[in-house]
Amino acid sequence: MRCTYACHSSEHLLARRRFLGQLAVGSGVIVGGLGALTRPATAEQLANKQKRILCFNMHGGLSQLESWDPKPGTDTGGPFRAIPTSVPGVHISELLPHVAQQMQHLMIVRGVNTKEDDHGKGAYMMTTGRRQTPAADYPSLGAVTAKALAPQDSAVPGHIRITPGGGGGRSEDAAYLGPRFASVVLGNGNPPANSARDAALTPAADEQRNLLRRHADDRFLSRRRTAQTDAYTYSYEQAQRLMGERDLFDVSKEPPQDLERYGTYDLGRHCLLARRLLSGGATFVQVSHSNYDTHNENFDFHLEQVGEFDRSFAALVADLADRGMLDSTLIVVLSEFGRTPRINHFYGRDHWSAAWSVLVAGCGVQHGGAFGKTNANGTEVAEHQVDHAQLFHTYLTAVGLDPTDSFDIGGRPMPVADPASSAIKELLA
Amino acid sequence: MSEPVPQKADPAQTHVAIEWKYSCPFVSCRFDPTGRFVFAGAQDMTVQRWEIGSGTNVSLTGHSSWVRALGFSPDGQSLYSGGYEGRLVWWPATVDKPEPARSIEAHTGWLRCLAVSPDGQLIATGGNDNLVKLWKAADGTLTQTLSGHAANVFSVQFHPAGQWLLSGDLLGQVHQWELSTAKLLRTFDAKELHTYEKGQAVNYGGVRSMALSPDGKSLACSGLHKATNPLGAVQDPLIMEFDWDSAKPRISHAPDAKTIAWRAVYHPEGFLLVGCGGTDPLLLFFKSDQDKEFSRFKMPNTARDMDLHRDGVQVVTAHFDNHVRISRMAPKPA
Repeated sequence: MRCTYACHSSEHLLARRRFLGQLAVGSGVIVGGLGALTRPATAEQLANKQKRILCFNMHGGLSQLESWDPKPGTDTGGPFRAIPTSVPGVHISELLPHVAQQMQHLMIVRGVNTKEDDHGKGAYMMTTGRRQTPAADYPSLGAVTAKALAPQDSAVPGHIRITPGGGGGRSEDAAYLGPRFASVVLGNGNPPANSARDAALTPAADEQRNLLRRHADDRFLSRRRTAQTDAYTYSYEQAQRLMGERDLFDVSKEPPQDLERYGTYDLGRHCLLARRLLSGGATFVQVSHSNYDTHNENFDFHLEQVGEFDRSFAALVADLADRGMLDSTLIVVLSEFGRTPRINHFYGRDHWSAAWSVLVAGCGVQHGGAFGKTNANGTEVAEHQVDHAQLFHTYLTAVGLDPTDSFDIGGRPMPVADPASSAIKELLA
Repeated sequence: MSEPVPQKADPAQTHVAIEWKYSCPFVSCRFDPTGRFVFAGAQDMTVQRWEIGSGTNVSLTGHSSWVRALGFSPDGQSLYSGGYEGRLVWWPATVDKPEPARSIEAHTGWLRCLAVSPDGQLIATGGNDNLVKLWKAADGTLTQTLSGHAANVFSVQFHPAGQWLLSGDLLGQVHQWELSTAKLLRTFDAKELHTYEKGQAVNYGGVRSMALSPDGKSLACSGLHKATNPLGAVQDPLIMEFDWDSAKPRISHAPDAKTIAWRAVYHPEGFLLVGCGGTDPLLLFFKSDQDKEFSRFKMPNTARDMDLHRDGVQVVTAHFDNHVRISRMAPKPA
């Protein structure tokens, strides 16, 4: 996204790169904010509660039948069995034995029908709570959460995504909330790029350099201060604070036995990093696990992938519970859709949004069971059908926000969530 | 209803001779050693038995997952079946209504493959716990547990001489074990049958089947390679033949097709018969000194397993479209 507030002179751009690399992109042009949160007392109250969201994106389309809603012994059930969980009467796939032991903390939403079988559109709906249209772009759950809940002076970015690969950087998922609330992407769990001070630069010299920048900023702001320039200044200051907190991204600081417990593979490391970030004050952390788009050999690949997820996710849930963080941390395990009940000729399952599952846990939601139901072989929702917009409302309500409120975007109210929808009351504690 | 069976196979004349339809797709199939029956594992967790001569069908229920592994006592009186729930089940193969005679929890996770020793005394199984296990066929006693695979065991095969067992895994490693000592003697490297696609972060491939040539000089391993999109079934079939003495690859057959070589068996006349499923459902025929097939037969639907009748002419295939088919390598009757 092009920043309209910088002068775009070559000197400015060079200096900006030299100062902070891509971290400086973290500013935004949008002023105002969540209506209710413009009242300082309310914002402070929410900040004190330290509500946060941990989101798992099961990239590609996790099979509900090989995870949260197994149908063994039916024509669609596949080869896996269902196993009991710590909650009597609730069964999940045998691929999730560790998660089964944490079911008392979890709630399965089994009646999801999003009516969208396209990867990109489905992902957009599940992360923004709206359908994608050419007319408007909407901020993702992480951006909304960061804007609404992240403390203004936090050194830690309010919106972090940990991806299985990629080089990191900053995404464009904040829409009209501005790039300040866009996700900082930790490619393969690596710290943000350029967040380490150049070895050739002493701390004293770095401080001198920043003093000079602040002096120049102050002089400029004394005459031409605008919301845009404030945001611009903020980005440097946030990045500067982040450089001081770089250790937060270093998962090697965690005990080796924890890594062993979480799994000595990428997802295990990423989940441990998520724990570290949440414990360190991050407001929204999303962990992506890939790849579940199993048109071929669905069962082998789910065995491999869900097996990884089971161990790492269960360890993380248990740790958040043990540390008393589940009361303030909403956990969401979503995907862009589920997978077809019908098994294809490649032993695969295709895209299926008509009857699938999302998992929620923690802060503000009911736990220890399953909400909604699909029919006997999983082809349709039988009870308590819900969609992406209702889920989005529910997530925000669970962390203490009012999704029926509006953002003030340059004087124009923008509904926080789809105004035609509402939260799922039965899911809220 | 059955055609007269000629004595010599003619792959160029292969045609579907018998079709049996069931209520769900199939995942496995075998002829029994006497050649009287076909057994096939279905997606409803049953094993279906057909008597070839009469077409009489019986359902065997005793598993709680798909049955991918089928084997027999040499006299054909006992059927051994292995399911993805990890269970190994003994059945009387020829009675009117077979019921499980013995059932043991053999592996943690899927039991993917089994083989019966030439003398019928031992059953070897392999599974997702990366283990190979040897069981006494007489009473189900576990006699050996062979550990050494770093990934799921996809296939097992006894050497006809009786003193060795071969086991192949997801990573394309084939271990040769000495049965008397449970010692790993050597490894055939068929890593071309394995793909780790970094972008999709999945392991794919594996030694889907193994076969030993009638002259004892070759080991064939079947599967797939060039898996550029494992999650989308974009791959090519591959059959590697190894020189038995040196354990070195001798020739590879990489037919022009988008499919998986689910099973390879050597015909008594020396050629290699390969059953393929996927986009191109094929029976392929290879000579061991030529990399290209000398004949191919396109089947009506995706096959997931294949077996050769003792008569050397009939081939059974298990299909996705709810059918078990018997094809004959012979001219169609007039």
